[in-house]
Amino acid sequence: MATKVFTWLDERLGLSSIYNLVFDRKVPKVNWWFTLGSASLFLFVMQGITGMFLAVYYVPDPQKAYASIQFIMDGVTFGWLIRGIHHWGATLMVIFVFVHMLRTFFMGAYKFPREITWVTGVILLLATLGMGFTGYLLPWNQRAYWATTVGTAIAGTVPVLGDFILRVLRGGTDLSAVTLARFFAVHIWFLPIIIISLIGVHFYLVIRLGISSQPKKDEE
Amino acid sequence: MADSHEVERRDFVNIVLVGLGSLMGLIIGIPAIAYLLSPAVKVQVEEAWIPLGPLDSYPIDTPTLFPYTRTKVNGWEKTVNSFGAYVWRYGEGESEVSVYSNMCTHLSCRVTWQEDRTIYFCPCHDGRFNKEGEVVAGPPPEPLYEFETKVEEGILSVMHMEV
Repeated sequence: MATKVFTWLDERLGLSSIYNLVFDRKVPKVNWWFTLGSASLFLFVMQGITGMFLAVYYVPDPQKAYASIQFIMDGVTFGWLIRGIHHWGATLMVIFVFVHMLRTFFMGAYKFPREITWVTGVILLLATLGMGFTGYLLPWNQRAYWATTVGTAIAGTVPVLGDFILRVLRGGTDLSAVTLARFFAVHIWFLPIIIISLIGVHFYLVIRLGISSQPKKDEE
Repeated sequence: MADSHEVERRDFVNIVLVGLGSLMGLIIGIPAIAYLLSPAVKVQVEEAWIPLGPLDSYPIDTPTLFPYTRTKVNGWEKTVNSFGAYVWRYGEGESEVSVYSNMCTHLSCRVTWQEDRTIYFCPCHDGRFNKEGEVVAGPPPEPLYEFETKVEEGILSVMHMEV
């Protein structure tokens, strides 16, 4: 019965050809360093899911943000776990994406024909850092407030445009309710949509071009 | 080995994968569901004995208002609600006391005791109740809510309930 249902669906959706294309790809001899991309994807999915759950109780307003997180930690069953995964997953994701970039760089895997994979990867790394920066403000505690004060002030040191950039980041001259709301919007809508789209391109290219083998020593 | 009943390597891997996958799904899924449901299943205790002070401090036969507040906590939000209890001693004894809520049974406006007319008067729709809390005139469908009372060591308390 199950086989029949599967065959019926497969004839219409082409499931097995997708499976073959994605999972039965030919790969060169690889090692654990080649799993960092999958690990990054897994972490991104985890961040997305736990983030959705946190959004159920979190309120991006200076009056309520801190109290709503206190409620998640103490009042909601397993709230500490969901927030803990999101908190530590964020740090892990930055590390994994960064090491993934290092691996690509040191193995020369960015070369022809994979330049666009590399470029989308770099943007994905920057977007991941952006997620870290915007997410850091959301708990609205002392550390979040002052970290963002300093972070936006650093952006403000850019010659000529600095003051304008600082105002755009903060939504005015001061770190305020406007800052919190826009950081929240960027954190849950703008950056995730950019990341999802670029992961799509990144993946398409990995599947289309295959992955490069490890560089060998020159044979003299 | 073709006829062997032993588990094939491929099947073994599949079984282990499905088993571990289900276990991980449960470990993550159960907290996730509990997380979403928790405010729905948590019951706030809304009943409580409210001390109204020494019974002796209330005059005999004159309903006297005791106002009090109750704080409700919903997530990160606190709401303070005001309530009022009319203490009516119809005798000297400890058991000879009735306490009525000042909430009109019509649309929850607050009633006030008017000594000259000997009625509880609701200003919203001219509802009137007598000293026993029974409806005398106007739209209220029920008599005033009467609290459960107790007197311990001379202190009068009422059982607060959210209606």
